[in-house]
Amino acid sequence: MIPISWSLALSAVLFVIGVIGVLVRRNALVIFMSIELMLNAANLAFVAFSRDMQSLDGQVFVFFVMTVAAAEVAVGLAIIVNMFRLRETVFVDEINLLKG
Amino acid sequence: MLWLIPALPLAAVLLNLLVGGRLGRKGVGWLACGAVGLAFLVALRAVLRLAALPEAQRTVTDTVYTWMRVGDFSADVSFLLDPLSAVMALVVTGVGFLIHVYSTGYMAHDASYRRFFLYLNLFMFAMLTLVMADNFLLMFVGWEGVGLCSYLLIGFWYTRPSAAEAGKKAFIVNRIGDVGFILGMLILFAWGGSLNYARLFAVAPHVFAVGSTVITTATLLLFLGATGKSAQLPLYTWLPDAMEGPTPVSALIHAATMVTAGVYMVARTHVLFQLAPVSLQTVAWIGAATAVFAASIGLAQNDIKRVLAYSTVSQLGYMFMACGVGAFTAGIFHLMTHAFFKALLFLGAGSVIHALSDEQDLRRMGGLAPRLPWTHATMLVATLAIAGIPPFAGFFSKDEILSSAFASGNTAVWILGLAGVVMTAFYMFRLYILAFRGQPRLSHEAEHHLHESPPSMIVPLAVLAALSVLGGLVGPPMQEGGHAFARWLAPVFAGGEHAAAAHHAVPMAVEWGLIALSVVVALAGIGLAFRVYLQDPGAATRLRERLSGLHRTLLHKYWVDELYDATAVRFVHGTARSFWRFWDTKVVDGAVNGVGYVFEGFSAVLRLFQTGFVGTYALFFTLGVAALFLHLLRH
Amino acid sequence: MIAPALFAVFAAIAVVSALSVILQRNPVTSALFLVVTFCSLAGIYLVLHAEFIGMVQVIVYAGAIMVLFLFVIMYLNLGRDIETGLQIALRRGVGWLMGFALLAAGVALFRHPWAAGPPAPPGPPVGNTQAIGLLLYSRYLFPFEVTSMLLLVAMVGVVVIARGRRAPGPAADLPPGAATGAEPRGDA
Repeated sequence: MIPISWSLALSAVLFVIGVIGVLVRRNALVIFMSIELMLNAANLAFVAFSRDMQSLDGQVFVFFVMTVAAAEVAVGLAIIVNMFRLRETVFVDEINLLKG
Repeated sequence: MLWLIPALPLAAVLLNLLVGGRLGRKGVGWLACGAVGLAFLVALRAVLRLAALPEAQRTVTDTVYTWMRVGDFSADVSFLLDPLSAVMALVVTGVGFLIHVYSTGYMAHDASYRRFFLYLNLFMFAMLTLVMADNFLLMFVGWEGVGLCSYLLIGFWYTRPSAAEAGKKAFIVNRIGDVGFILGMLILFAWGGSLNYARLFAVAPHVFAVGSTVITTATLLLFLGATGKSAQLPLYTWLPDAMEGPTPVSALIHAATMVTAGVYMVARTHVLFQLAPVSLQTVAWIGAATAVFAASIGLAQNDIKRVLAYSTVSQLGYMFMACGVGAFTAGIFHLMTHAFFKALLFLGAGSVIHALSDEQDLRRMGGLAPRLPWTHATMLVATLAIAGIPPFAGFFSKDEILSSAFASGNTAVWILGLAGVVMTAFYMFRLYILAFRGQPRLSHEAEHHLHESPPSMIVPLAVLAALSVLGGLVGPPMQEGGHAFARWLAPVFAGGEHAAAAHHAVPMAVEWGLIALSVVVALAGIGLAFRVYLQDPGAATRLRERLSGLHRTLLHKYWVDELYDATAVRFVHGTARSFWRFWDTKVVDGAVNGVGYVFEGFSAVLRLFQTGFVGTYALFFTLGVAALFLHLLRH
Repeated sequence: MIAPALFAVFAAIAVVSALSVILQRNPVTSALFLVVTFCSLAGIYLVLHAEFIGMVQVIVYAGAIMVLFLFVIMYLNLGRDIETGLQIALRRGVGWLMGFALLAAGVALFRHPWAAGPPAPPGPPVGNTQAIGLLLYSRYLFPFEVTSMLLLVAMVGVVVIARGRRAPGPAADLPPGAATGAEPRGDA
């Protein structure tokens, strides 16, 4: 039996790695990967709690998260492709469209 | 169906606005006259029904809708028809209709024909709201409405600077009075708890002690409003200038109807005024003083419309004088007869001006009687009526005022009134003689175009002339139990006419004597006018030279305008300028701009955070999450 | 004793490969390390007796999603990222600092005692996959159906976005960057 704290610690570490990836990288694709990393960290926490609480609801949630992630990746990558077509770059610090 | 009476002119206004452009001149004229004529017929029917009711029940109200209801304050758009408002409604719609018809002829060649009738109908709506309202608030709506229309119509020919100035002057001077009206209204509401006439008048004797400071202040403030609207001392200066408007406007608004609103208001609130003897005395004295003062100015004016304007101010003074001595019936009686003959005088003057191609100076008229027979005949009737010669309408009402003043014991007021009668007779016949008799002094051009006015103008003159002759017969003196007009108004002024009761206490012989005296005095004025201006050609000049100081004073209207200019106007201008220069530009603008600069500074800093790069935003987002974590940790 | 050991091994692989994802300059390498992370997570799921999730992790994430990533990377023909310059270095520093701050905050938060509900009674002795299936088609039927809707919408959205501007009009002829009127701000 694995203590829940192990899983949660791993989940936290992976999540923070994802955060750092989002913060330090300028390649939109790598940022996206980091986001996936964070989603997986959350999934791990779900599974850990599911096991701890003897309930399958957590795993069902992971299932839903994965579906949403799949949809999100598809749309996000499409946006990145479009952005690349428009600006010839995938570096987020070369695109400042989020400015009023 | 009472609401229909003011609604008809309003409907005409809306129709004129919407489709007036397609109707053409004829259509616009028909629409405007038709609406007012119809309103007159509706009013007539309503009054006949009212007359069929027993005397005690002659009060009909018609609530259209509840305007507002806040706590125990409520204001309805509600119309009231009682004998008093019946008289007013009939005079307003009747005389108004005649003047509308006259205007179709008078304004026929004006470029802004449609706009003129638009304003005129709007005025009818406001005036009818004023006289038919059943509470102070709705009356005030009408009060301001007629003020607005007055402003618009005085400045109707707004390209003329003098007209625009006169409009502004009327508006501003009226505003001073309106402040009094509002304050008076507020006091009445604060103490009486209602603005509805019936409710307020019912509680008034219990709430206000006779002669208490509150009721005296309230009524004096209301009277201030009346002096503004009805051009009494000291706020009369706007009315002579208002003659810049088209002559039908002068007849309708500045002679027959709007300016009498103050008299109507005092009569309407007679219950309150009778609780404040000091206010009543003030009303009487202001009225008497104005009657003499304005009449004296009228002696020396050369503009035909200005003479009539000062005459109006003077006659309004008589009405207030009547109210002040408690003879409200006499005041309303004179209001009605005055509406007939003064409207006729103005319309006749308009006919003369029209015939002479816009000549208004009496010194360039003369000898018009044979050339303008209809105008001359009707003008003569009106002049006799205003001079107080029996059996014309003015005689009955003016005589009733004078004998009431005498009977009430205000001998000084009565003497002032009598002095006014001489002057009225004199200046009115001076006007008549200078315009219609003697040798023509016309300019060549005017002579060339001289023509009698079209039937659309002559017919109203004739109708008004008939009314000026017969209108007084509803109130002959010395009737047992009061004359017909007094009996009609009795339900309104019931219990209030102590002066009228005193009036009847005067012995018959004294009353005959009073009548004879006022007629003799009027005849003396007429005789003097004939002597000075017709029989002895040099007399006028000699008189002017001998009394040159007096003449100059009268010609310059006692320099009252100059006095107001030097004191009030300049003071207000100076204060306003200093406010503008210092307070507005330095303090207010400074504060506003200062706030702007502060925010500009802040936002210049804040703007640095909005880089537009998603990375920066993610950074701050993470910072926020970390802060949130730390916050959670503290608990 | 075998489970904790397996957990430790998979955890180590996951952390190292995750770090590699964000440290590697070449996006392709990052993507491949991400696959490794996902696979080791799948292993951890198996250790935690979440067999269905472990399988779906491999199929959906390591299979479908990462293929999409690689496809896009190849399609865009990206080389190594250039990560030099003061501004970027500064950002890296701040980013790492922030990450560690977050981690410290999280650790501190977890060290607090928290209230967990009473453990649910053990479910019926059925297989993991079968149990999840039963749940999905009973209690979570509606969300499940909504998910399919979501996937459909995403698919249509992707087609619309990725198709680009085919509509006739002057905007289609503009050079890249001109459509928004802003200059690309490259410091590389």
